Amino acid sequence: MMDLGKYAAEVISAWGLSLALLGGLVWWSLARDRKVRAELERAERDHG
Amino acid sequence: MRALLSRDLRLAVRAGGGFGLGLAFFLIVVVLVPFGVGPETAILARIAPGILWVAALLAALLSLDRIFALDHEDGSLPLLATAPLPLEMLALAKALAHWITTGLPLVVAAPLLGILLHLPGTAMPWLLVSLALGTPALSLIGTFGAALTVGLRRGGLLLSLIVLPLYVPVLIFGAEAARRGAEGLPATTPLLLLAGIGLGCAALLPFATAAALRVTLR
Amino acid sequence: MSIWTYANPRKFLDTTAPWVPWLMWLSAAVLGVGLVWGFFFTPEAERFGSSVKIIYLHVPSALMAINAWLMMLVASLIWLIRRHHVSALAARAAAPIGMVMTLIALITGAIWGQPMWGTWWAWDPRLTSFLILFLFYLGYIALWAAIPDPDSAADLTSVLCLVGSVFAILSRYAVNFWNQGLHQGASLSLDKQENVADVFWLPLLVCMAGFVLLFVALVLLRTGTEIRARRISALRARARRGEPVRA
Repeated sequence: MMDLGKYAAEVISAWGLSLALLGGLVWWSLARDRKVRAELERAERDHG
Repeated sequence: MRALLSRDLRLAVRAGGGFGLGLAFFLIVVVLVPFGVGPETAILARIAPGILWVAALLAALLSLDRIFALDHEDGSLPLLATAPLPLEMLALAKALAHWITTGLPLVVAAPLLGILLHLPGTAMPWLLVSLALGTPALSLIGTFGAALTVGLRRGGLLLSLIVLPLYVPVLIFGAEAARRGAEGLPATTPLLLLAGIGLGCAALLPFATAAALRVTLR
Repeated sequence: MSIWTYANPRKFLDTTAPWVPWLMWLSAAVLGVGLVWGFFFTPEAERFGSSVKIIYLHVPSALMAINAWLMMLVASLIWLIRRHHVSALAARAAAPIGMVMTLIALITGAIWGQPMWGTWWAWDPRLTSFLILFLFYLGYIALWAAIPDPDSAADLTSVLCLVGSVFAILSRYAVNFWNQGLHQGASLSLDKQENVADVFWLPLLVCMAGFVLLFVALVLLRTGTEIRARRISALRARARRGEPVRA
């Protein structure tokens, strides 16, 4: 990693937390979509 | 409209109507503050305007879910909606009733509780004026929030979550007016802004409140 | 052809579903380029040192936090006026995205301010406004979740969004009034010269584009999810009532 000087802790923590939150949001949205699609298939088979 | 108003006022004053509740809560919060921050006169005097404002705000918040709760429970809300009185006027009447039973007593009690917090005497009138101008806005905003959450389970918590961010501008200008008055600085700007917000709320929020009530009554 | 044809949920799903994966990958690529560029290939700034690199996340997220709310406002108005369900569901879909953006803006803003103010949180007007915006998002999302009937929920949350928007703007001015004179000159804005310098501005632009693309992709994805979820409830409700279901 390049030298971030005296602000290394700030930059790393800010980037780390932000990317974690973004990644979490994307993952949750995709996971929920997958789940709902599967449920819809089941519901259309049973009741459609 | 007068009939509606007097009915609400009578209901509030009766036992279980929660009339004294707001005042009692106001007192309790003010009493708790010195236990939290220490009894030092200088510190208490400095934060007194702000504490009184926050306590008044919270006390007003407490009684919000009662605004439509009784009518919803006994089923009279749809009846009120079909009355010749437009729903917007109903909203205004409800807000007025809330102010008379909660806001106004808070305004009157504030200087007395200010003594507990060593509020300087010169600050009292400013505190009174700021609360008198601000509490109607609190009632109007609160009535809107109550209309959004009427009949919901755990509506009280949700009501607080929705209403408190809406209260921020009123709190900022109100407390600032009281604080500036306490320090002998001119407080006209925040007071004017406070009055402006109050008028804006009175003019516009009843429409939003009525819209929310219509949704619930569908 | 009017954009209103996409107000039909079926048509919306058919049109947007194939685009979502492409948009997700595109936003990942653009964001990747922007972030890598900003992190590794830009110099340090005069006043901020290497902490200036936080802007590549702070500025775009703050931008999207506001834009998400604006989009919700427009969608709410469209719902109230034209009763297009897709619009209401799009507003619901956008809210958690906006909330996360606000959170990122808050966290990066607070961390960036730490070397400047020596504390992990400062009641800087801009940060405070974002904190209030975060609370607005919370209330909006909570209200959607609390109301059982979908159309009533759409109506009530739309009204809340409208009223909330007015108060959000009011709060912005109130907070500025509240904190004037305390942090003069130490607010989180780059110096005019540094802002103009291409070396910072170009990768920032790319990051902002990446965030916008990501927002669009996620809103399309999540609106589709909401539409499907609604269809599931409708199917189940009709089955419970014993009625035949329209295809």
